[in-house]
Amino acid sequence: MIQLVTPDYIKTLQDNMHKLAEGVLRPISRKYDEAEHEYPKELDMFRGIKVMARPKKKKEGESSTSGEEKKPKRGANLGMVVTIEEMCWGDAALLLSFPNAGLGNAAILAVANDEQLERFGNKWAAMAITEPGAGSDSGAITTTATRDGDYWILNGEKIFVTCADRSEVVVVWATVDKKAGKAGIKSFVVEKGTPGFTLEHLEHKLGIRASDTGTFVLSDCRIPYNNILGDPEVKMSTEGFKGVMKTFDNTRPLVASMATGIARAAVEFTREQYEKKGYAFDYKKNLSNVSAVEREWYLMDANVEAMRLLTWRAAWMADNNQFNNLEASMAKAKAGRYATLITQRCSELLGPVGYSTQYLAEKWMRDSKIMDIFEGTGQIQHLIIARNVLEMSSKELK
Amino acid sequence: MVEEISFALSEEQQMMQDTVRQLVQANVIDAIHQWDENRLLDKQAVQKFWELGIIQSMIPEEYGGYGMGSSPVLHTLVLEELAFGDMAFAVYAMLPALFVLPVVNLGSTEQKEKYLPEFCKESFVPATLAVNELSVGFDVWNCETKAEKKGNTYVLNGKKCFVPLADEAKHMIVIAHYEGNPHLFIVDKDTKGLSVGEREKNCGWWALPTFEVTFENCTIPEINKLGDETAFNWLIQRTRTAMAAIGTGISRASYEYSKKYAKERQQFGEPIASRQSIAFMIAEMAYEVDAMRLLTWKAASAIELGMDANRESFLAKIYAGEMTMKLTDYGVQILGGHGYIRDHPVERYYRNGRSIAICEAMAII
Repeated sequence: MIQLVTPDYIKTLQDNMHKLAEGVLRPISRKYDEAEHEYPKELDMFRGIKVMARPKKKKEGESSTSGEEKKPKRGANLGMVVTIEEMCWGDAALLLSFPNAGLGNAAILAVANDEQLERFGNKWAAMAITEPGAGSDSGAITTTATRDGDYWILNGEKIFVTCADRSEVVVVWATVDKKAGKAGIKSFVVEKGTPGFTLEHLEHKLGIRASDTGTFVLSDCRIPYNNILGDPEVKMSTEGFKGVMKTFDNTRPLVASMATGIARAAVEFTREQYEKKGYAFDYKKNLSNVSAVEREWYLMDANVEAMRLLTWRAAWMADNNQFNNLEASMAKAKAGRYATLITQRCSELLGPVGYSTQYLAEKWMRDSKIMDIFEGTGQIQHLIIARNVLEMSSKELK
Repeated sequence: MVEEISFALSEEQQMMQDTVRQLVQANVIDAIHQWDENRLLDKQAVQKFWELGIIQSMIPEEYGGYGMGSSPVLHTLVLEELAFGDMAFAVYAMLPALFVLPVVNLGSTEQKEKYLPEFCKESFVPATLAVNELSVGFDVWNCETKAEKKGNTYVLNGKKCFVPLADEAKHMIVIAHYEGNPHLFIVDKDTKGLSVGEREKNCGWWALPTFEVTFENCTIPEINKLGDETAFNWLIQRTRTAMAAIGTGISRASYEYSKKYAKERQQFGEPIASRQSIAFMIAEMAYEVDAMRLLTWKAASAIELGMDANRESFLAKIYAGEMTMKLTDYGVQILGGHGYIRDHPVERYYRNGRSIAICEAMAII
């Protein structure tokens, strides 16, 4: 039965996470924006907390049903997007700096075998996919992994790696067989300190400056054979690649919730500032009866709600074992774009207060821009949605 | 205590959605263009909807109804499906609810006894609500129609517009300002001082007869006041959410039609859908329809739980208002010149869709 009022257990989670974000992240938000790349030592307190947990293994024969007979499940995905929204209301770059909560950790938790989980489960893991010549087209990566007895030898360059400096291991995407195309792409765990694995430099960015984004060079980098994640065999289908891409169905709603958190921060701050000027927002009058500022604010508030609901739906579907590829991209497409538009607009409505670094509004505007870019750009999301609803292949709709 | 969240329809909700969808498919989709052009819909289609018993279910058994209660969430599903066919049809078919639901929920025993039994009939009973006024920047919380207490009567003065079926409605609820608040008053047909004007000609809803209604020292007994000063707040949350549900239905119609067209229409030797400029518009329509629906469901869920849904219903309506304009615009744009010709339904969606942001209370959940 449709029921979209926030349940009490989620409210409790929101309240707790909000206190944490307000008490721990907000006070150091500006500090680490300015001290770019410096590790926020205040986040050490989160080291013991498992932000990412391995999803319980599905029992044999357990399949997805959309029926109502089964009670809706309380799953990890909804809890995670709720937590992330609150944390990003505090500071998105700091959330990306949480120890042991890298994208690589998500990949390891999703596909590692027990032996690998033993070795890497407690390590901070970054994810290295993007290359200078392969952004949205992640099937075009050229980093190679060549088998040499009990080892793989990796060669190539990886850019835009989040947690590049702070991570202990990096999950690197490489091809074992260029001719096989996407089917040849596998992921490998590379430990820091491995000869031939160099952190070349850290990037200076428009926003999320507290997050250490970097470039790695792999030069005859030799890693143990069993550091490969998933099936080493190259199958003549793209199923394996699709499996890797499926990770994104779970991570895209997370980015959507990050976007929602930042946008909400900006919208709330704008309201507070305008209330000080004597404006009242009571959600009653028609939009044609209020000032242009109020009208715009109400529409932004409605959009934040839309971003959140699309995100929660995608997460809820994952929790209930429903295929959510389309809904995950819808959440990301909407939230990524509107976080950018909303934070820009808030900054404008706030005037000088929205531009001065005495306040955080200008920072939110810079931070939010990445939400429409990483984990698949807004354009890629629209493409995925369009192909899906139009039932057209990537050949028919390029 | 709110235990769980759920984005899935229950079996009952699914069944109702399917039933109304089929009814619209069988009776409205192919006929609506002619109804719109003729400025009149086929009352038999309305009668078929009436026979589903949705209105009668809202009425308690002691007054002759089915006593099933009413579910705001279920009603949003119904309204979306009806409006997917046509907004005029949606407003027409669900119109009696605009009278019945307030009486069931806010009425005194006396009022319930007097009015409810006559809606438990085999055929459609017209009744309506008068809320909108023909003035620039009309503010529903501050309407110009006034009520004044005189002895044991109220005297109404003012003018309303967009009153559906005012000519045949046996009763109407009128929103009038009284002691600083909008209040609900029941006015029966043929009350002295009540006059129904010529049928209106509006931008949209061509299949729906609407009228201007004038109140000139229209005197009604004091027992005709419905509810207290909180009644309007009760009403507006339910009508705003209903408008959002209608907006979702119109937008979905525009989305579905232009999606199908974009795959069929060939230019430069391939379907126009294979161009990103078109495909991305369709992608946007897809998630905005869903977003509208989710906001609507959230407001309806809050109302269903008996919570105050002032913010949720407001956000659902303004979001649907803005997005319905955008999505019906996209519909016409994707069809290009063909979209501007009345042979295709997207121009009707465009005209009807404009009203979501402008009008209040054309339907209720």
